[in-house]
Amino acid sequence: MALWDLANSDCITVMGSNMAENHPVAFRFVTEAQARGATVIHVDPRFTRTSALAEIHAPIRSGTDIAFLGGIIHYLLVNDLWFRDFALAYTNLAAIVEEGYLDPEENDGVFSGLLADRGIYKHDTWQYEGQISAAASAENFEQTTEAFEGGVARDARNPPPTDPTLQHPRCVYQIMRRHFGRYTPEMVEHVTGCPQATFLKVCDALARNSGRERTGAFCYAVGWTHHSYGVQIIRAASIIQALLGNIGRPGGGVLALRGHCSIQGSTDIPTLYNMLPTYMPQPNAMTQHGSLADYLKAQTVPTGWWNNLPKYMISLLKAWYGEAAQPDKGFAYDLLPKLTGDHSQLPTTLAMVDGVVKGQFVFGQNPVVGNTNSELVERGLANLEWLVVRDFAMTETASFWKKGRLVRRGELAPDKIGTEIFFLPSAMAAEKEGTLTNTTRLVQWHDKVCDAPGDCRSDLWFVYHLGRRLKQLYADSEAPEDAPIRALTWDYPTNGDLSEPDAAAVLREINGYTVAERRQISGFLELKDDGSTACGGWMYSGVFPSADENRARSRKPDRPGSFTHHRGWAFSWPDNRRVLYNRASADPEGEPWSERKRLVWWDAKSGKWTGLDTPDFIRDKAPDMRPNWEENPIGSEALGGADPFIMEPDGKCLLFVPSGLKDGPLPTYYEPVESPVGNPLYKQQSNPAVKLWRHSANGLHEVGDPRFPYVFTTYRLTELHCGGIATRAMPHTAELQPEAFIEVSPELAREIGLNNLDWAVLSTARGEIEAKALVTERLRPFHISGRYVHQVGMPWVYGWEGYTRGDTANVLLAIFGDPNTSIHTTKALTCDLRRGRLYGTRARL
Amino acid sequence: MNQIRRRLARKASEFFKDWSVPRQLSGQSAVAEAARSSLSEHQRPRLEEADRIGTSICPFCAVGCAQLVYAKHGKPIHIEGDPRSPVNQGTLCPKGAGTLGMMLSELRVPEVLYRAPHSSAWEKRPLDWAMARIAALVKQTRDETIVDRLADGTPVRHTLGIASLGGATLDNEENYLIKKLLGGGLGVVSIENQARI
Ligand code: SF4
Repeated sequence: MALWDLANSDCITVMGSNMAENHPVAFRFVTEAQARGATVIHVDPRFTRTSALAEIHAPIRSGTDIAFLGGIIHYLLVNDLWFRDFALAYTNLAAIVEEGYLDPEENDGVFSGLLADRGIYKHDTWQYEGQISAAASAENFEQTTEAFEGGVARDARNPPPTDPTLQHPRCVYQIMRRHFGRYTPEMVEHVTGCPQATFLKVCDALARNSGRERTGAFCYAVGWTHHSYGVQIIRAASIIQALLGNIGRPGGGVLALRGHCSIQGSTDIPTLYNMLPTYMPQPNAMTQHGSLADYLKAQTVPTGWWNNLPKYMISLLKAWYGEAAQPDKGFAYDLLPKLTGDHSQLPTTLAMVDGVVKGQFVFGQNPVVGNTNSELVERGLANLEWLVVRDFAMTETASFWKKGRLVRRGELAPDKIGTEIFFLPSAMAAEKEGTLTNTTRLVQWHDKVCDAPGDCRSDLWFVYHLGRRLKQLYADSEAPEDAPIRALTWDYPTNGDLSEPDAAAVLREINGYTVAERRQISGFLELKDDGSTACGGWMYSGVFPSADENRARSRKPDRPGSFTHHRGWAFSWPDNRRVLYNRASADPEGEPWSERKRLVWWDAKSGKWTGLDTPDFIRDKAPDMRPNWEENPIGSEALGGADPFIMEPDGKCLLFVPSGLKDGPLPTYYEPVESPVGNPLYKQQSNPAVKLWRHSANGLHEVGDPRFPYVFTTYRLTELHCGGIATRAMPHTAELQPEAFIEVSPELAREIGLNNLDWAVLSTARGEIEAKALVTERLRPFHISGRYVHQVGMPWVYGWEGYTRGDTANVLLAIFGDPNTSIHTTKALTCDLRRGRLYGTRARL
Repeated sequence: MNQIRRRLARKASEFFKDWSVPRQLSGQSAVAEAARSSLSEHQRPRLEEADRIGTSICPFCAVGCAQLVYAKHGKPIHIEGDPRSPVNQGTLCPKGAGTLGMMLSELRVPEVLYRAPHSSAWEKRPLDWAMARIAALVKQTRDETIVDRLADGTPVRHTLGIASLGGATLDNEENYLIKKLLGGGLGVVSIENQARI
């Protein structure tokens, strides 16, 4: 959803986020909705400024989100408070699942298909009866297809079997009723510590603000993703939103509040190991990806929009390898590197420690502060042959060899560290031009207004000139492994004395063009799979539709009094659509659900979808169109005019996910990997598919380990932004938050004899840190399983560089990951806390 | 002596006439007449000095607030929220509002620093030298670690010897070139950014 669309919401639940403090300007739309009468709910372990502004604050123990959200699903189903017309038509609630499916309820807390020794699931029993459903392309991670042994079958030639009466015992509705049957208000209180009365108030507010006339939104941030089941938390919220009819409608949705200015852009056009630009899978040697034909066979889903994958993939290969990408050579597909496992940041850190990685580039990131288990990160850096850090001020990552914790502690010394280190100063936003994509897919161009000082250069300059030099170094090589760098297209025009490459030329390539005439294409509908088009990122197509039209630079907001989603302000992918799946804002017949909540509708006269936003649907597909299964329809032809979820193989919102998730088709409550209590719901304690990497310096705490009795959670501050040095080297913000602190409840402070502003030491199996204690009622203990569980919190944003300093909370954290995303856990671990100081580790930072 | 006293008395009376507070006490409006003084008569808006104004986007969180950047002789002199933006309508949070402080921070390092293996100090080095040295190291490491095929013949054409981290604070175009060069050109697979943190 668009940020400003929050103002159209009747009920906003902020959960897994402290939005008022960390996304302050986005929060103005929450207060605007509130001024129009909306109910604001904050579900969070802490009482923050977001809670202070909410009508309801529901405190929950860190990490128990799925119990809370599962409780809401239970409440909606047993009280029949879901939006039937919406959910029955637009979700897979009626689909019938394989007979072999076993739910955690009947299978000791795990789903059928678990290969317990390998910690992975086979997905065969999660399928629709008699079918094998392909995951939408982007979700086909390496183990998904592996788990199918032989790849996803491509022969779906019928819609999934359904029972619209919802009576079939294996239809998704009945499965969900059984699956969430024990997520009662009593159980919610027992697991999360949130009083039942508060929980029921939340359920009531959500149910009341649903239906034709009303909508609600969920906003989340890394408070949901930084868990060993982060994806499933978000799934649980999506299920609630689909049941309540809050997807694709004004003021409805699940809004991710992401952290960095280009975090969305760098996910779309990914500096991520597992994807090629705009959500195509990186080829994987462990799957049937040997040739282009194999790759396309394994990854192209028969039905739904992703059936277009070959056009997008071949156009990407044309953009990257130009002349070398010829049809008879598989469009140079074999020049792409193949994955052999999880190459994400967490295992790469361990690969550095183990000496596998020899050289590393760091672009505006600061892993010594931002990565979990910071001391292990330092060990990894110390083991490199070379390290290039690009930033605007000195970072902990660049100066670890001199001022790092291991050096200060005497475990390492500069003369023992062989890493050759380059600090290259970078230019900042107003000193260079280019685009940033915000958290709602808004691609906004920024101008170069001033000059960067000294040797500061844009990262575009650095990468372009490094590439130019490498192409020269490899120019004479005939070795087959050097073919990719020789074939790579790299002829960007440069400007000025500094030879700054032209960012617009790069954006034009991302947009795509015809190869023969080199004419900009107007959008992804023009892309072809015959090599006649080139495109660096199909979803961004349309951002630069002609040589001199840069829509990211457009600055025409709606006039006061008219609202058409500010479509003249910058560009949002895809196709300048501001609300995804907005076909769902109309009923199956194409009429708005209500006048109050109209967004996109079918105009029978013109035979087109129209409305206040660009329709996220095939423009002339009538609401009553139904696929003709006799003709074996493929791609979008297999989706009817009342199937709004065009990226999914069956056009339906997936409440139950047959393929694509590594840890189960439905969200299930597991305890965090480190927890003071046993799982009250299942025999299975923690997520059986969690990614663990064992290492002696990465020890984990057992359940209820008496040495580490408290729940530990981390967060950031309005003034200090993430692990980057930026706000710590910025005078105003540094002055506002001058030093690190630990937040402790008065109850716990009393228990361990700690006073406000005393020094305190936090410890885990990974390390120890110190900071001053802030004793505050913002943190409260929870009553769980007949005893009190205390929580301790700390902002993680500190280090030894910049004006404002302090110990880094990530020293305490461990390296393990969510099964689907390899995202680390920072929100719920266990720790010890004691009054005092760390002897001898530092006098002053 | 008397002369000095008279001059002081005259100065004092001029000062009191010019000072806003007594004039407000005598009934002048704080937002109109009393807001003017001989000093204010000669003040000009600082932004008038800007020789260039451009639009930028806040470099911190993903809300994407738009900014107006005012520059003089190539240096920023002021940054404020862009009132036209439907995202922020001219507002900025403490981070966005402090952007100028980041750009002009005394902690900003404007030169290339180099730390040789086992050395205990940074040295300043020319940018061109550093670029040549980095390119040579990349080639050397890549050539030492590139794997064209696995033992069973499966093609991989990748190197696990080089890793890249970061991108979420960079422009889309920069991310694109990193993935294209390091991934598509050199076979680096561990290309990662803040999306997982
Ligand atoms: S001004 Fe604040 S809320 Fe707006 S983008 Fe910058 S950091 Fe985010």
